[in-house]
Amino acid sequence: LVINDPDFQHEDLNFLSRSQRYEQAIRKSSLMVLKLREHGIADPDEIYWFKSFVHRGRPEPLDLHLGMFLPTLLTQATPEQQDRFFMPAWNLEIIGTYAQTEMGHGTHLRGLETTATYDPATQEFILNSPTVTSIKWWPGGLGKTSNHAIVLAQLYTQGQCKGLHAFIVPIRQLGTHEPLPGITVGDIGPKFGYDEMDNGYLKMDNFRIPRENMLMKYAQVEPDGTYVKPLNDKLTYGTMVFIRSIIVGDSARSLSRACTIAIRYSAVRHQSELKAGEPEPQILDYQTQQYKLFPLLAAAYAFHFVGAYIKDTYRRISGDIIEGDLSELPELHALTAGLKAFTSWAANAGIEECRMACGGHGYSRCSGLPDIYVTFTPSCTYEGENTVMMLQTARFLVKSYTQVSSGQRVTGMVSYLNDLSRQRIQPQHVAARPVTVRINDPVSLVEAYKARAARLVEAAAKNLQAELNHRKSKEDAWNRTSVDLVRASEAHCHYVIVKLFTAKLSEISNAAVRAVMTELCLLYALYGISKNTGDFLQAGILTDTQVNQVNQHVKELLAIIRPNAVALVDSFDFHDVHLGSVLGRYDGNVYENMFEWAKKSPLNKTEVHESFHKHLKPMQAKL
Amino acid sequence: MLGTAAKPQTHQPRSRPKDAQDKSSSASRMALLDSSKHSQDSVLSGVNPDLASERLTASFSVEELTARLDGGAEHTRMRRAVVEAIEKDPVFSRENQYFQSQNERYEAAVKRAVYLQKKMREMGWTENGPEVKYIYRCLSGDIAFSLHRIFMRSISVLGSDKQVAKWIPLATEYQIIGTYAQTELGHGTYLQGLETTAVFDIASQEFILNTPKISAVKWWPGDMGRSATHTVVFAQLYVHGKCYGVHPFIVQIRSLRDHSPCPGVTVGDIGPKMNFEHNDNGYLMLQNVRVPRENMLSKFCEVQPDGTYVRWGSQKINYFTMTTVRISILSEEVILPLMKACTIAIRYSAVRRQSKLKPGEQEAKILDYQTQQQKLLPQLAAAYAFHFINIYLHELFNRGYQEIQGRNFDSLPELHAFSSGFKAIVTQYCTSGLEICLRACGGHGYSQLSGLPSLYTRALASCIYEGENTVLFLQTARFLIKCFMAASAGQPIPPSVTYLSSMKPRNCPAKDKLDFLSPDIYLKAYEQTAIRLLSSSAAKLQHLIQSGVEKHEAWNQCTVQLVKAAKAHCHYITVKNFVETVEKLDNKAGIQKIMKHLCDLFALHGIFSNAGDFLYDGYLSGAQIDLVTASYLDLLAVIRKDAVPLVDAFDFTDKSLNSALGSYDGQVYQRLYEWAQKSPTNQQVNPAYGKYLKPLLQNKLSKL
Repeated sequence: LVINDPDFQHEDLNFLSRSQRYEQAIRKSSLMVLKLREHGIADPDEIYWFKSFVHRGRPEPLDLHLGMFLPTLLTQATPEQQDRFFMPAWNLEIIGTYAQTEMGHGTHLRGLETTATYDPATQEFILNSPTVTSIKWWPGGLGKTSNHAIVLAQLYTQGQCKGLHAFIVPIRQLGTHEPLPGITVGDIGPKFGYDEMDNGYLKMDNFRIPRENMLMKYAQVEPDGTYVKPLNDKLTYGTMVFIRSIIVGDSARSLSRACTIAIRYSAVRHQSELKAGEPEPQILDYQTQQYKLFPLLAAAYAFHFVGAYIKDTYRRISGDIIEGDLSELPELHALTAGLKAFTSWAANAGIEECRMACGGHGYSRCSGLPDIYVTFTPSCTYEGENTVMMLQTARFLVKSYTQVSSGQRVTGMVSYLNDLSRQRIQPQHVAARPVTVRINDPVSLVEAYKARAARLVEAAAKNLQAELNHRKSKEDAWNRTSVDLVRASEAHCHYVIVKLFTAKLSEISNAAVRAVMTELCLLYALYGISKNTGDFLQAGILTDTQVNQVNQHVKELLAIIRPNAVALVDSFDFHDVHLGSVLGRYDGNVYENMFEWAKKSPLNKTEVHESFHKHLKPMQAKL
Repeated sequence: MLGTAAKPQTHQPRSRPKDAQDKSSSASRMALLDSSKHSQDSVLSGVNPDLASERLTASFSVEELTARLDGGAEHTRMRRAVVEAIEKDPVFSRENQYFQSQNERYEAAVKRAVYLQKKMREMGWTENGPEVKYIYRCLSGDIAFSLHRIFMRSISVLGSDKQVAKWIPLATEYQIIGTYAQTELGHGTYLQGLETTAVFDIASQEFILNTPKISAVKWWPGDMGRSATHTVVFAQLYVHGKCYGVHPFIVQIRSLRDHSPCPGVTVGDIGPKMNFEHNDNGYLMLQNVRVPRENMLSKFCEVQPDGTYVRWGSQKINYFTMTTVRISILSEEVILPLMKACTIAIRYSAVRRQSKLKPGEQEAKILDYQTQQQKLLPQLAAAYAFHFINIYLHELFNRGYQEIQGRNFDSLPELHAFSSGFKAIVTQYCTSGLEICLRACGGHGYSQLSGLPSLYTRALASCIYEGENTVLFLQTARFLIKCFMAASAGQPIPPSVTYLSSMKPRNCPAKDKLDFLSPDIYLKAYEQTAIRLLSSSAAKLQHLIQSGVEKHEAWNQCTVQLVKAAKAHCHYITVKNFVETVEKLDNKAGIQKIMKHLCDLFALHGIFSNAGDFLYDGYLSGAQIDLVTASYLDLLAVIRKDAVPLVDAFDFTDKSLNSALGSYDGQVYQRLYEWAQKSPTNQQVNPAYGKYLKPLLQNKLSKL
């Protein structure tokens, strides 16, 4: 429906300036809304696919309107507010964004400084950005597109601070689109990527909004200024879990795209000679190239399964949540924090590895890889900075460990910690437990990863305890153990991923597919061991000889996967238009198309560049 | 009414409802956010107290360390004089760099290059003078005609005296602008694979150059797309139907009158890249382009008028020159950028506050978090380690050059192995360090205004050019394997690898975490690991060959291991050189002590991050790895105290950092806000509003 629609065609984005890219994105978004209505598409999944084809998986200025502004209205607005705002927003008379992050404050929400002070005399909130650090900074679509924003601010009423609340704030005049008096709004300037997005800033100066503009489905301020507390705050966990599950899926998708490009190109590119006198071989035949790319291919598949698992689990328990049963939520919340960090870090590094594996041409924008990287890399920061996410998971792990130590049993993915207590009856270190690892068996490797996670969680928990015995402050002790804690979380996430990948194998009915997936799963698990041999050796899970065998088997798997490599990326089924890469084309006609692409570059618009007349010629004359 | 928020109202920010004593409110009081002034430092005054306090507790003299890094106080003085002269000249300002299009960046770089010639004459600086390296350091490479220098160098090295006499004066006077065309669309690191041809035509005494197919189009040469008039082209030489391999030819590609391409020449820009927007990297296609016989660079070989091919002299010295290029890029292209990134990220981490370490206190500086220290401080240590290894390499190559001048070529293989391995390890390490710094700055690191994205994207090209890193590691590995075999057979081996013949010692004697602060202890561990990785690769290789696998296939099957062995070797030499450098420092002004800490950190971080290699075969035990970890984490807290002075010592001016996050005064937020105002998106009318947004907002979509 979309790819062939002439309305959605435009010049290669790589040749456009930021301003032009923004304009193109806006143009397409406007058309998209029109066409969605025309075709009567309203199902969220269908909208998602439609959108991803219109924008080819790229960000666009209406993202925050569709992804945050409308949903927040739905979940946090009173029926009266929905009447007032939802339909105009649905019809795009109101375009909104979600202004949370401030220049000086990100992941730590309680630190936000924007204030909303209630004035009972006029029944209004007075919004202020009291310091430079409190200026709202980064919200997408805020700079130039939106005329409203949901602003998170510290609520002050009757002289007391009641913490963060959300307010609907008009920022631009309907009709003229000029900023309203008291509002300073603009674009934050060029970024690493996200060229088409007008990430913005917002400064408010005694800006007044009616009392009814505070989102009051949960907490309320009554006309006289009395504050009414919300009932439950755990509910917000649900949204976070959902968004993080999307990021895990994004990690899988972005890494898959990068692998597709790098592996197809490596089959087309010939370089040097392996054997004297023979033609140059495909670079995909070099062991070092396989060693760079195939573990990433395996990871892309692994993350795909992990993303699907989180989504399914979330769907399964969201029924319980509506019923008021929140028992499974804390674990899922803790797990998704770590998995978001683990997969986005790995994908981020993997995309770069793919780009470098394409040599010089990977550095050209025509490869599409620079773009995939700059678009993906902020996911290590947004929706919770990765290190902070890892520490959230660690907090849950330490808590579970403490429960086990005090004789309780824990369930779910951390249930392996229960074994530690049985272990403790014997005086020896947990690591001394003999694990017989069979390196050809994914199930056995899951056990090895489990043992490593158990050992690192225990070590971190013990170090934390030792620090606590030494100093009074809990926070200091936590900070001084945080490197260990992050390692424990990583090991836990790694275990979960290997476990989920392995579990998936038995669900595959086609024997040939199962065979190749088993190879990938083994490669993923064994490569992870060979990159972290220290942990496995130190814990006594593997011997020197086994480490050797692991390294050897990794290399054997590379050769086994080699014949299927291109088929394995073809299965991701990215359309050339979506891939946006000359190197990764399905037909492999790389060089001809690079040449065609370059001819369209803006510097080639004229045969003699104007700077020749302006600078070069006068210099040659003068020197 | 205002246009599009081009100029926000000037107003006094009011204090917070609950007046806090914290420093950020006092910082904000001085921020009169007036963006109508475009000078970078218009309204900023005073150093952010969060940064000022970091400088009060330095354990060493920053000025003294700066002088050490420069190689003496007199060099520091000269560098500062050069930097001052250039930075005060508005032509060289990079203030608008982040807002410019590819076309504008290119034009500005050409303009700078032209003005630089003028400036050099004014100042009495010459291309061979001591100031030159400071000039290019100060311009951060954002200047055109860098390939012109390579063009000249290749003529000087590969050309006959007659050719040098003809071309060098023209190039010096910029009557011609040159570039260097080696890489093709389909061929990079492997030179023999190039496909461009140069066929000798006796009748006309000319070479006929051709691009026979698409994969042979020259691709990537800098300055070629729009600027160059001439280029050195590498092509397969054919005489009488016989191929003599790749040779260099001088080819004119553009008219000296109107700059249009010469007949038979198709030339243009290769399009946008991840960085180097200022550079017109180009493509070149040749169709029956004829050049006179005299245009083949003929210091080492020549085609005589009758078509006889003669070769003379030794090409080894030429080979040596190409080798030194790899080393010469390290400082400017990756080590200085890593130092800049550390400066930006560490200063910002002292200003940025996030969450509370203790309830009731103000939010903590993110530099106080152990996880943040673990990200940044090893990069800082690496920047110092590589600065010192770079000095070592330059000394080594200067010595080597003397020897070669005296016709002694013995050290060539060793130098070649050094240049390959260290180019690879330094570029790779610095590039990943730059990315760590970028990500350690959270969201603001992602803004171009932080300066970090452009530092990173530029540096990462270095992992590819001048030899792709994996290929280079394998060249080093080939040398190491040879030495290892020689050592096993009792033959003499070059000095840098004599450790390969040392006996396998007993296990590491360390018993306490403090033992790991002893260089002898950790150096021995590095040495053992390097030997072990190499000897096991050698054994595997031999085993495969003995079991009948063909040599090249056996090599391919061992390459993953060999790369690892080569890395371990280079890592060991880097640590060793750091240790030796520290030993030679006197402890004037506390410098030796802090450098020792950094050296320990660099060494222990390497063990901590590669524990498996050290545990394997039991040289270190599991318990000893725990001691390493403990010592390593202790060092983070120690170096934390000097982190800001340690980056101050790099002595970058604010202009050369060009970062809203990293300036000396730490006025991060005000600067971010001011700089954002300068963005064209805030200076121009929003074109999308009238065309698309307005109909959208007014629900008149059908009119689009």
